[in-house]
Amino acid sequence: MKLTLWTYEGPPHVGAMRVATAMKDVHYVLHAPQGDTYADLLFTMIERRDERPPVTYTTFQARDLGADTAQLFQDAVQNAYERFKPKAMIVGASCTAELIQDDPGGLSEALNLPIPVIPLELPSYQRKENWGAAETFYYITKGLAAEPASTDVENLRPSCNLLGPTALGFRHRDDVHELTTLMHLLGVDVNVVAPWEATPDDVRRIPEADFNVVMYPEIADTTARWLKRTFNQPFTETVPIGVGATRRFIEEVATLTGIDPSAALAAGASRLPWYSRSIDSTYLTGKRVFIFGDASHVIAAARIAKEEMAFNVVGIGTYSREFARDVRALAREWDIEALITDDYLEVEEAVQALQPELVLGTQMERHIAKRLGIGCAVISAPVHVQDHPAAYSPQMGFEGANTIFDTWVHPLMMGLEEHLLGMFSEDFEFHNDARPSHLGGGARKAADEPAVVAEMADAVDGVSWTSDAEKTLSRIPFFVRGKARRNTETFAREKGIATITTETLYDAKAHFGR
Amino acid sequence: MSGASAVAAPLKPAQEILRQRGQREVFCGLTGIVWLHRKIQDAFFLVVGSRTCAHLIQSAAGVMIFAEPRFATAIIDERDLAGLADMNDELDREVQKLLARRPDIRTLFLVGSCPSEVIKLDLSRAAERLSAQFMPNVQVLNYSGSGIETTFTQGEDACLATLVEQMPHAGDKESLLVVGALADIVEDQFRDLFNGMGIDTVEFLPARKARELPAVGNKTRYLLAQPFLTETAMALDKRGAVRLKAPFPLGEQGTTAWLQAAADEWKVPQKTFDAVTGPGRNRARKGLVEYQEQLEGKKIFFFPDSQLEIPLARFLATELGMTLTEVGTPYLHREHLAEELAALPDGVQLSEGQDVDLQIDRCWEAEPDVVVCGLGLANPFEAQGMTTKWSIELLFTPVHGYEQAADCAELFARPLRRRQALAF
Repeated sequence: MKLTLWTYEGPPHVGAMRVATAMKDVHYVLHAPQGDTYADLLFTMIERRDERPPVTYTTFQARDLGADTAQLFQDAVQNAYERFKPKAMIVGASCTAELIQDDPGGLSEALNLPIPVIPLELPSYQRKENWGAAETFYYITKGLAAEPASTDVENLRPSCNLLGPTALGFRHRDDVHELTTLMHLLGVDVNVVAPWEATPDDVRRIPEADFNVVMYPEIADTTARWLKRTFNQPFTETVPIGVGATRRFIEEVATLTGIDPSAALAAGASRLPWYSRSIDSTYLTGKRVFIFGDASHVIAAARIAKEEMAFNVVGIGTYSREFARDVRALAREWDIEALITDDYLEVEEAVQALQPELVLGTQMERHIAKRLGIGCAVISAPVHVQDHPAAYSPQMGFEGANTIFDTWVHPLMMGLEEHLLGMFSEDFEFHNDARPSHLGGGARKAADEPAVVAEMADAVDGVSWTSDAEKTLSRIPFFVRGKARRNTETFAREKGIATITTETLYDAKAHFGR
Repeated sequence: MSGASAVAAPLKPAQEILRQRGQREVFCGLTGIVWLHRKIQDAFFLVVGSRTCAHLIQSAAGVMIFAEPRFATAIIDERDLAGLADMNDELDREVQKLLARRPDIRTLFLVGSCPSEVIKLDLSRAAERLSAQFMPNVQVLNYSGSGIETTFTQGEDACLATLVEQMPHAGDKESLLVVGALADIVEDQFRDLFNGMGIDTVEFLPARKARELPAVGNKTRYLLAQPFLTETAMALDKRGAVRLKAPFPLGEQGTTAWLQAAADEWKVPQKTFDAVTGPGRNRARKGLVEYQEQLEGKKIFFFPDSQLEIPLARFLATELGMTLTEVGTPYLHREHLAEELAALPDGVQLSEGQDVDLQIDRCWEAEPDVVVCGLGLANPFEAQGMTTKWSIELLFTPVHGYEQAADCAELFARPLRRRQALAF
């Protein structure tokens, strides 16, 4: 049993819903108690979908448990088939139905429906949403993919499938568009995009392509590996988020297909490199950044932060345990800590301890950062309605890099504003605790710190501050104040200083530099 | 559940109740935690359930609206199910951790879920055991918000029923108890009205602090402020309290009749009653005039959601002139709703429970001007040209009482106005 305040991922059947909802002509019958229909609103509200997710729930109640829940399930499958006339169905159980062991697979097989009915085994008490999506995509592909017809020699253009985009993903809609454009630029046809808007017939055609693009490893990795084993289809390993990664991705595709990438590399100029070099961005140098999210987005964001924004990445982490190894490897390479957890409180503690100036995270980190008065940009699911913007806002490709530059810089104090704050910290309306003016101004709210945070603040091992030193500290702009406090206390402890004076503060500043 | 139903006595012949069994597009009782944890300020709600439960509450709460929520989920995992871990020990450990982290908590609710009910985890024994350990600092109570036993607002009912058992004995003291979570401001308004009539001891359940519950006894008279409190009412009856029969305080007429029920019991002179309620009644009537213009003759269809559907339908029909097509409710309590049902116009199709697909078909046939439905249905309806009012807002907005009557009407009028105002 584990105490959870907020979850990064839903249960695995929500992952299955993300796949089913992304597809066309597929229907999902879920054996589930009354109440599990809440998941519909994720799609209709957060993603503003204009159709109900293609999901039928049995919604059994206590009185059904004594009767025949298996019959209830079969009726639901039969009715859903007749009403929605899908070309393929998937069937499975949510957490409660898993406990009553009705065997959705066997029960639906017994109905002898004239369409493929694919049973899902998604252990709810072990696994989570992304894994559920990956398994569902894998089961569907395995269940439908057909041996390609004899190789088509006439078609000289190479072709690929774009694998992994689902409903409720972080910018999947726009990433699909961006990569499709990029492929056309490269001279590569897109054979099938899946699960996004794919029909069962499209899935059958997946093996016809020359290679697969794994857009989101969390969802498409299992399927891509199976396709490689079964149909000898190679797949790409670079996730094209960021200028460098997009270039590496283009070169990877060029190697796989033997085409010349120079046109695509030249044509696809992102504004990020110039914006980042322009002197207005000097103030970004060395900004302390903490990054948390799903593994793929974290790794991509970390590389952009370090190599394309010249930030100082002080910590990275992920809730995707299945891909923790990659995040750990990157952290080792950069000699920082990797935080692998799905416990929101641990992430909060890490942010509190590291005192970054910018947090790149999920909606959870946005909330942590807001409370601690730190700027934040969202880079990964779990998402909120705000993360499905009306504007075209991909993460992938060169346009994605442009979006990322704008989004990440937005929460930060602009260069000149930061200097003025530092110089005139007691201005009555332009003071220390003012928020960046472009974010609405006004005073920052004192964080209502929970007990655990208060404890941490007290735990300074007997180091105390004189009131003069506290006053000087208070003149330091808020966005570096936490770091100054922490550095000074570390310095004092190292030097065996029990009382921090203004002198100590400046000694520490000289010791650590900026 | 059986198909078509026999109809009992108090209903008019037209009020045949349609009952169907199929997919129910409703929340489970855990959802009530979203408002209960703000209402009861010294309490923490610990759901003992699955990742689905945690995901539900955070999704229903609009995701992350509270930095430090007073609810959490103890997620059962495979080790618990396989018997590798003693679930009671696990629960005790998590509770200990939680209470250490939140020393301000005085009442802890262990909330049962579908999985905890199916595996028959005995949360009432766990609550007793933990109470013994943590009293007097923290009392530990339990109720079930599971979807197999409760629909949406029935979670509040289960929670309040548990609180009734904790209420101290009132002895011979007379009091009026208003039952059902209301917005703080609405409570204040009702208290002022009752006090104005000379009813001095007016208490509310849930109280703002679960450790400062009002007393209950044979001289307690209670008014239900919400229509979904079946279990709570039974628990109060058992404690000797007596329910005052009334419609629910929605709209000017509903509120007046509801207040009148208490006034009659306390033998408040009619002159006093009129003097006290007059200003509010006038303001409410005045506020409703502009909405009568907007809503009169408009057809409305209710999908089942909170059990507020029938009182709301009565208000919209009798005070605003709307035409009722089908009024669906997840559960219909004939006795508590007797006054409401009697006030409904003839020819209303009532339905209890749901087969959502069939109900959607009926909704299209009824050609309503406004559809009241949950969040899973609203946008798909809108995309097809239907105007909707999403129903959960009716629980998150103060709608009871005189001063809120126009606000309540506004919730139904706004979607219609918006559709008219948009140029496409």
